[in-house]
Amino acid sequence: MASETAGALRPKRPPPWNDPTIRGIAYQVLFVGAVLGVGAFLVHNTLQNLQRQNIASGFGFLHREAAFGIGESLIDYSPADTYFRAFLVGLTNTLYVAALGIVLATILGTVMGLARLSSNWLVRKLAQIYVETFRNIPLALQLFFWWGLLRGSAPPPRQAWQPLPDVFISNRGIVFPMPLHDPAYPWMFLAFAVGLLAAWGVWHWARTRQARTGRQFPSGWAGFGLILGLPLLVFLAFGAPLHLDVPSLKGFNFSGGTGMSPEFGALLIGLVIYTASFIAEIVRAGILAVSWGQSEAAMALGLTPGQRMRLVVLPQALRVIIPPMTSQYLGLTKNSSLAVLIGFPDLVSVANTTMNQTGQAIEGIAMIMAVYLAISLTISLFMNLYNRSVALVER
Amino acid sequence: MSVRALRGLALALAIGFGIAASAQAGPTLDKVKQAGGIVCGVQTGVAGFAQPDSQGKYSGFNVDICRAISAALFGDPDKVKYVPLTAQQRFTALQSGEVDLLSNNTTLTLQRDTELGFDFAPVVFYDGQGFMVTKKLNVKGAKELNGATVCVAPGTTTELNLADYFRANKMEFKPVVIEKLDELVAAFFSGRCDAYTTDSSALAAVRVGRASNPDDYIILPERISKEPLAPVVRHGDNQWRDVVTWVIYALMEGEEKGIAQKNVDEMAKNEDPTIKRMLGGTPGMGKALGLDEKWAYNAIKAVGNYGEIFDKHLGLSSPLKLERGYNNLWTKGGLIYAPPIR
Repeated sequence: MASETAGALRPKRPPPWNDPTIRGIAYQVLFVGAVLGVGAFLVHNTLQNLQRQNIASGFGFLHREAAFGIGESLIDYSPADTYFRAFLVGLTNTLYVAALGIVLATILGTVMGLARLSSNWLVRKLAQIYVETFRNIPLALQLFFWWGLLRGSAPPPRQAWQPLPDVFISNRGIVFPMPLHDPAYPWMFLAFAVGLLAAWGVWHWARTRQARTGRQFPSGWAGFGLILGLPLLVFLAFGAPLHLDVPSLKGFNFSGGTGMSPEFGALLIGLVIYTASFIAEIVRAGILAVSWGQSEAAMALGLTPGQRMRLVVLPQALRVIIPPMTSQYLGLTKNSSLAVLIGFPDLVSVANTTMNQTGQAIEGIAMIMAVYLAISLTISLFMNLYNRSVALVER
Repeated sequence: MSVRALRGLALALAIGFGIAASAQAGPTLDKVKQAGGIVCGVQTGVAGFAQPDSQGKYSGFNVDICRAISAALFGDPDKVKYVPLTAQQRFTALQSGEVDLLSNNTTLTLQRDTELGFDFAPVVFYDGQGFMVTKKLNVKGAKELNGATVCVAPGTTTELNLADYFRANKMEFKPVVIEKLDELVAAFFSGRCDAYTTDSSALAAVRVGRASNPDDYIILPERISKEPLAPVVRHGDNQWRDVVTWVIYALMEGEEKGIAQKNVDEMAKNEDPTIKRMLGGTPGMGKALGLDEKWAYNAIKAVGNYGEIFDKHLGLSSPLKLERGYNNLWTKGGLIYAPPIR
């Protein structure tokens, strides 16, 4: 039979200790066993030592009353809330500053990266000075610098600057009026979402039509109009309800309106300017990686400089830009933990206080690590998905 | 990650790897004797309590407590290594064994005594939390602070008392918390906060030590909490705790009996049996503690008695100009009371 013939032809099996497959498996089992063993030893020893020193352990403290105040928060918080709630406040503050920072750093970094390639000597040199300065100074120093500037140069609240009506700048930060809630606003938000969808639809339709007939359609302007126009229409349909919560000096500080503390401002500015200096170099490198022949070909086809950048250079540059950009986003998020230095209540700051008030440092550190790991993996996942969508598809 | 986070990690590793330290009482005392010196956790710089000079040599009230313990152990007050710790670093530093004791104005509380795994030596300073504001604000009392922004060190009882006080009085406040004392105080003096809150003794120290013009600031009259400040050791290390405790009592007893740095040699010849027992003329006390019989003599000889230490660093003749108040001897209407050394 065929199988018998094949068996006869197969070389004799080597003894198990010489079989690379079996050896490989054995080594892996040994390695995993060793790692697990050391881990189990550490956990066991830690618990035993904690007990011997009479240090409390476990996560039960999360349900106890925190009893400390937090300076700024996106969600409702008072000292009567639990440690868990305080932790959430820190987490939302971290996510807020990281999300805002990533968007702003991308914009600033792209502008600066393009400026470094500008044909204008002054623009090019200024961009270079910016990059070389901020890339080479430790972020912590930059944070102290911005914080000192923001709280040191502005006047106290009672002598606040007023650059615009009802906008005040003092050493407590900047405050400005905020529209009070109105039933029209949820509908406006809905209209905004519909506008986004419609704009995407128009863009898709215009693209397929152009591919079929060659006729162009200003889908950018149309989309812009849809996204802004629809909410505006809803706003007008409701009779333009606008009631502003205007800040006013009350006692020690401004009350009403909304604003930004010097700590938040310093952290955001510091993170954005520092990270953007790296992003600028990444963008520059990405664009330079696209060979000049591509641009020449585009020019020969009669594309305008804008079209050339948008349709030919950038799509290819993005393939080079995205992977290092992911690292920058991760870096920015993790660097936001330097907030403790200047007193912005981010995740680390709140967790530090919690650890110190409860004495449960190991649990606190574990939570900080888990959260940063989760945030980083999430950013990584989305960037990798995006990277896959722009990557070269080989046929 | 912050220094603090690293310390936490270090604690996790230290506790994880620390091969279950010997079970018998007094590992710290054995360790200290073997090493020939103690490691003392102090503040990063508070005038009068613990502050390094231009050569990095620490001095102050809390520093003298450490020096007295060193003198009692080794007959030399300078066998001490000082580790400056922020409010947030201090507990992990002690838990992980980085320091042998904290002498840094830590408030004695139930939770720290139990859940944090500590034991407290006798209270060396009875304090209360207060507020400091600039005179320009025209604030006369803490009840007028509704809506104020308050600078406060994170991870302290002060931070909790602040929240409690404003809650109890139905007032609002915004905390600004910064771990590094220098930055926190700078933020207050630059006007970032309306008020700075901490123990009133430390407020006095900051006003004297950091304000460009101390007269521009007032400390409000209210004391919103009890802050009994005491040195801290690890829980369950009884022999070491006994040494720290009784050296402190000896300093207090010294003041009560009139044994001072200057006259301690004459007092050692005194025939009063209580003084003879304390200064080693009648042996027994040192042996009980596991120390030399000259332990109390050496401590007072090196740093003076409790009253002398207080006067030198905090009292009316010092820049801080603090009244003895509660920190006077019980015989003079204060709370300083040492049990008998016998």
